[in-house]
Amino acid sequence: MLLKHTPVEIMERKALVINPAKTCQPVGAMYAALGIHACMPHSHGSQGCCSYHRSALTRHYKEPAMATTSSFTEGSSVFGGQANLVQAIDNIFTIYEPDIIAVHTTCLSETIGDDITQISRKAKDEGKVPEGKYVIHANTPSYIGSHVTGFANMCKGMVDYFSEKTGVKTNRFNIIPGYVEPSDMEEIKRLLSLMGVEFIMFPDTSGVLNGPMTGRFSMYPDGGVTVEQLKQTGDSMGTLALGETASSLAAKTLDTKFKVPCEMLELPIGLSCTDAFIDTLRKAAGITVPDAITYERGQMVDVITDMHQYFYGKKVALFGDPDQLISLTQFFLDLDMKPVHIVTGTPGKRFEKVIRSMTADLPYNINVRESGDTFLLHQWIKNEPVDLLVGNTYGKYIARDEDIPFLRHGFPIVDRVGHSYFPTVGYKGGLRLLEKVLDLLLDRIDRDAKEESFELVL
Amino acid sequence: MESSKPLYSGESLEELKQDILKKYPTKVARKRAKQIIINTIDEKEKVPEIGANARTIPGILTQRGCTYAGCKGVILGPTRDLVNIVHGPIGCSFYAWLTRRNQTRLKTPDDENYMTYCFSTDMQDSDIVFGGEGKLKTAVQEAYDLFKPKAISIFSTCPVGLIGDDVHQVAREMKAKLGINVFAFSCEGYKGVSQSAGHHIANNGIFKHVVGEDDTVQDGEYKINLLGEYNIGGDGFEIDRILSACGIKVISTYSGNSTYDQFANSHTADLNTVMCHRSINYVAEMMETKFGIPWIKINFIGAKATAKSLRKIAEYFGEQKLIDTVEEVIAKEMPEVESAMADARSHCEGKTAMMFVGGSRAHHYQELFNELGMRTVSAGYEFAHRDDYEGRKVLPTIKVDADSRNIEELQIEKDSARFRARKTKEQLKTLADKGFTFKDYKGMMPGMEQGSLVIDDISHYETEQLIEFFEPDVVCAGIKEKFVVQKSGVPMKQLHSYDSGGPYAGFRGAINFYKEIDRMVNSRVWAYVKAPWQKNPELSGSYAWE
Ligand code: SF4
Ligand code: SF4
Repeated sequence: MLLKHTPVEIMERKALVINPAKTCQPVGAMYAALGIHACMPHSHGSQGCCSYHRSALTRHYKEPAMATTSSFTEGSSVFGGQANLVQAIDNIFTIYEPDIIAVHTTCLSETIGDDITQISRKAKDEGKVPEGKYVIHANTPSYIGSHVTGFANMCKGMVDYFSEKTGVKTNRFNIIPGYVEPSDMEEIKRLLSLMGVEFIMFPDTSGVLNGPMTGRFSMYPDGGVTVEQLKQTGDSMGTLALGETASSLAAKTLDTKFKVPCEMLELPIGLSCTDAFIDTLRKAAGITVPDAITYERGQMVDVITDMHQYFYGKKVALFGDPDQLISLTQFFLDLDMKPVHIVTGTPGKRFEKVIRSMTADLPYNINVRESGDTFLLHQWIKNEPVDLLVGNTYGKYIARDEDIPFLRHGFPIVDRVGHSYFPTVGYKGGLRLLEKVLDLLLDRIDRDAKEESFELVL
Repeated sequence: MESSKPLYSGESLEELKQDILKKYPTKVARKRAKQIIINTIDEKEKVPEIGANARTIPGILTQRGCTYAGCKGVILGPTRDLVNIVHGPIGCSFYAWLTRRNQTRLKTPDDENYMTYCFSTDMQDSDIVFGGEGKLKTAVQEAYDLFKPKAISIFSTCPVGLIGDDVHQVAREMKAKLGINVFAFSCEGYKGVSQSAGHHIANNGIFKHVVGEDDTVQDGEYKINLLGEYNIGGDGFEIDRILSACGIKVISTYSGNSTYDQFANSHTADLNTVMCHRSINYVAEMMETKFGIPWIKINFIGAKATAKSLRKIAEYFGEQKLIDTVEEVIAKEMPEVESAMADARSHCEGKTAMMFVGGSRAHHYQELFNELGMRTVSAGYEFAHRDDYEGRKVLPTIKVDADSRNIEELQIEKDSARFRARKTKEQLKTLADKGFTFKDYKGMMPGMEQGSLVIDDISHYETEQLIEFFEPDVVCAGIKEKFVVQKSGVPMKQLHSYDSGGPYAGFRGAINFYKEIDRMVNSRVWAYVKAPWQKNPELSGSYAWE
């Protein structure tokens, strides 16, 4: 047993988090910043944080994840990190030549109270920022929120620093895709193009963190939203924010600052949430949904009807990020499966409220927790076993101990590939999810069937 | 390697070095110049001085991590029955959760193992403002209530030092309250210049709080401690297998596959053998002063190095029985090794490697590449000190800078009750006459070729330039460098995590490594990087299907 010290009886804990279902803000900010073209994310703090965040992203994507650090020493911790950041800015522009440096803070620089705006102004005054280049920033103290909060804050940073209003409205939509995979961003773009919608997506990590092998390393791959595009977001017709926790902050900022109206949607994962996304777009852009999309949707519904008997009534436990969990819960409900235990580590009251309201008319009780951890989830599972576990790679320890089929979804996935290339958003993504869930459930049937009832056809 | 002709001419390497430095702002160039050294070895095995253990330059893409990573991640992470609570915001603990591949093997299924767990106080805004000591105490209490472990350790992360939480006071208080050992480490990430400071802090802590707690003298002959072996990918298991075949008893390993009790009892061993000099020589030194255990440098990476290390241990104990068993074991293991070596060598000979990693592996792994007939054109450490490059003989000349001064040096004295000289003066003299040396680490550079390039704390930009210049067949470093290198079309072997492979230590490990490198440098896939139409873009005149 890998987690053999986890007892069945649940003791409420006030201070100790065990086996978290979240990590810290900067990694989300770093991920978001990698979705800007020719941008170097910079971690203002000690070098350990940056090293950990780069390693986490690298293991998850199996791709280079470049980011620099202010490499604080004891002295900088006492006197502040101004000298370190100014020197870092000089070095980064001289050596790595990005167009943009996107600074995020860490617990350390936040606790010290370094003022990044003032420091980067100083760097600029000292001529350390070449003409036409930018230093932007977001405050990302990890003792607030989670990696999703960090992503949201960096998205807001993009708006704060770049968005402009020329007064001439365009026919574009801003799309904030949420803390999803590069493959998901690619798929959302494909759907938007199919619909004939003009858009600016930010951030956009497709083509950055799922790039091809070319035999040549490129510090700044072709992907990413450009500064030009970010500037134009203030003139767009509207903003679609996918996933409240990750995307609403930037969307609201665009609304308040530039009167770009915004609509908040759940992530388009699964049938209902993709329906809502497509339908909202249809109405907002005043267009007819092309047959190609209705066709894809039909295929997804087809598989659900074909295989419904295997989904029906199966219990699911999920952990991960709030935005994903809300859509995934809806997805499993659409299949007549039973999500029974749902945990996010990310704090935020909305999560429990939404899940509760989605499941209000179910004839059974569900366990749901924000600011929870997977130790608790595991205990819930021990008390009420499930047929499927969904979560990031760390879930495999629970899955093995309890012998539960395990669907990897979320961040980080460090023991499988696929998430960078195959989306789970949209109907195509839905089909892939259906296939994965079915593979798991049917493999289990095959594994456990008696010889006499081992079936060829399922 | 034995070749006397320099690998590369001094001029060409100097040109490369200047090319690299040209890119840097003046101050940076000045600093880096001291850390990029063209290797020359004189008759007395003297090598040029290298800048090391210096601050990382802000803004430079570095390989390095922090003190906390060195303390919690490296040294204390692999001890399975410790509940390691990280006091800080969630991230620090999250990233150190199972990411280092230290394997552990329980003796019975009921043994405690907390390595699969991640414990954190998950500090929030209010803890930063009002202090987190209360929360830490509650967390220790909750961990005790849930698990009743034999010991709990506490690790401070960056914000903790700043807000002034007294983790040691909390540890003392909870130790008194709970009646189990509770101890804390002030390993805030900003201390020191790299993980190395964390190793030191961790070693001091174990030495202060655990070593010597259990005086039980165990049965068995030839008792040693294995220091600085972390059981990545099962290295330690392979070493244990070999040592046990030789009849050598391992009292404790620092800290692969370790338990609290092993540390507590480790002062009863009769010899300390040091694998990773950088991370652990402190413990060896302190144990010698306090308990009289001598230490020697050994290395189980490379089949020849393994054999040599076994012979050295046998020579220390000096008993014929042991010397004979060691020879038998070597004779039994080597044929398979030789045949695997010859096979891989026939595909790898003459190819080149570069390695930039850690504080000992960039040196140790050159042994394995030598055995494959591959030449190391350039190498360097991520967080080592000058003695790891130039040898311990330079120790007296190393200046202690402000960053190192911040790390506590324990004042260790002889434990008059428990100090026991392991060898008599005469025995020591006989050993010395035979050329046996204690505390002897010659460092990486004297073992490298003339005209190779040694770089400390290498940066991304330098790696790129080196790849272009040397066109190596394989590069070794860590996870952050892995795909950067591979995107350039060069296979990259991780020498921290072994790319989820291993073991590579000992005899069987050597065989694994030969096969692995053979696979990597001779893989077909590198020939497929360019599509056919990229290789031959010209169109032929006629339609081929006519
Ligand atoms: S929690 Fe804070 S201190 Fe720890 S890794 Fe994250 S940013 Fe760094
Ligand atoms: S906050 Fe400090 S201790 Fe934690 S990872 Fe960052 S540098 Fe290391």
